[in-house]
Amino acid sequence: MKLFMFRISILLALISLFSFSSSGSPRFDTVSDTLKDTMKETVKATVVFVSPFAAANDRCFKCHGQDKYTYTNETIGREIKDIMCSERIIRKKEFYSSNHKSFGCTDCHSEEYTKFPHAGTLRMEQKYICLDCHGGDAKFAKYHFEEIDSEYRKSTHFKMENDGFSCWKCHNPHTYKISVRNATNLKETIEYDNSICLNCHSDYSRFQLLSDKAEIDLIKEHDWLPNQASHFANVRCIECHTKINNNIPVSHQIRPKAEAVRLCNECHSQNSILMASLYKFESKVQRRDGFFNGIILNASYVIGANRNEYLNLISLGIFLVVLIIIGVHIVFRIRNKSKTIKEK
Amino acid sequence: MYLYPKWIRIWHVINALVFLILIVTGLSMQYTDKENATYVVGFAKAVRMHNFAALILVINYIFFVCGNFLSKNGSYYRISRKNFMPDLIRQYKFYSSGMFKGEKHPFPVTEERKFNPLQKITYVLALYVAVPLLIISGIGLLLPEITITTIFGISGLILTDILHITMGFFLSIFMIIHIYTCTLGHKPTSLFRGIITGYHVSEDE
Repeated sequence: MKLFMFRISILLALISLFSFSSSGSPRFDTVSDTLKDTMKETVKATVVFVSPFAAANDRCFKCHGQDKYTYTNETIGREIKDIMCSERIIRKKEFYSSNHKSFGCTDCHSEEYTKFPHAGTLRMEQKYICLDCHGGDAKFAKYHFEEIDSEYRKSTHFKMENDGFSCWKCHNPHTYKISVRNATNLKETIEYDNSICLNCHSDYSRFQLLSDKAEIDLIKEHDWLPNQASHFANVRCIECHTKINNNIPVSHQIRPKAEAVRLCNECHSQNSILMASLYKFESKVQRRDGFFNGIILNASYVIGANRNEYLNLISLGIFLVVLIIIGVHIVFRIRNKSKTIKEK
Repeated sequence: MYLYPKWIRIWHVINALVFLILIVTGLSMQYTDKENATYVVGFAKAVRMHNFAALILVINYIFFVCGNFLSKNGSYYRISRKNFMPDLIRQYKFYSSGMFKGEKHPFPVTEERKFNPLQKITYVLALYVAVPLLIISGIGLLLPEITITTIFGISGLILTDILHITMGFFLSIFMIIHIYTCTLGHKPTSLFRGIITGYHVSEDE
């Protein structure tokens, strides 16, 4: 018996130890989903996008695609090497993997830019905003850009519009790509989305271009958050820092610091807000029978949100049975005691 | 009969208090919702208290295991294969019917035998199987970055958590039964007295 117990405990210990490892992502897919994802990735890797404007765009990338550029100064009659202003650098590879990859540079910028040196007046060129193309267009109606705009206008970021804040500060038109809606690897999506916030919020030189506030130590500010690193890797900043709007794909109303989510149960509960934010696009597919908010299990595990209804029922059943047995035992003891007293 | 040395009593009282805290805070983490966010202790406080209590539990458990190795207390937990099932059945029959018929305890407490067969198997399962699994899975949840990957297509964190809450649940059930069976002594309070004073009072005394 001792040997049997020993074997059982070793087996159970091995199972629990087996789950300790440091690599890989905790996905929880069905075979067909995995196959689909693999196929998607293979197709992506083998099909290289070729822009119909590649040749024309290359004329711009020649200088704007790198840190240094060379041009011939006709006034002094020699070749000059110069440093490209960082704000004007557009990496070709990033552009051709962005949402706007199918555009030519002059679709959005003036044709005049094809001439070099560029005319000084071009600096006054009015830049497009998202709504110029995406607003009032039936093709984009399902994304509700107008509502995104109205949410942005209520956002704390909008207060800095006069200081130079715009859609582009987060959604660089040359590099931005849709992430969470088409996510195949949620961890990478989270990292990508958070990097958009950290671009300014963890880089004071960029932050102070738009704000006079003192430098914020994000790690210190989030000291109250248990398992900070795990939270940062598994949820997006916007989960806590935006107000959820179910009509738009991603919430755009950034709330002031004082209104950010601080209550653990907003996420760690059966009606977790993560289902209306991070897992919004997948939440319609409720895999994992028995688990509440089962879709979260595909990439993560959230204490309190991923209760298992079967385990709940079984444990409640066992608990009640134990209480009944104890209750019956007590009744018998009382009866037995009174019988003994009577006999005496 | 002096049966519970001071170190056992100290370990026991710490274990009991810490377990109560772990049960309450564990339930708070697992079952509080937005609507009852401060139910019992609330999630944020529960996390901190649970982690701290768990640390004490681990230290206390190491103290217990070392104590058992170094003293004769460990021998009380040794299960003999001889008559294992018949002895268990005898003890079960005593609890379920014999004690109501005025039968004598089949395995009275002596200095050589502190636990009856049913107690022994339950204590061994609880202290040498469930608690280690609870601690290992707890470390896995405390440091999720070291846990994980998929195990046969299932997330390691889910398995770790299910193992943790299952062990926690069984130990909670154990605690309820343990407290109840402690009322089955010579008098309903005598076994509780014993673990406080160290002296066991049996029917013959």
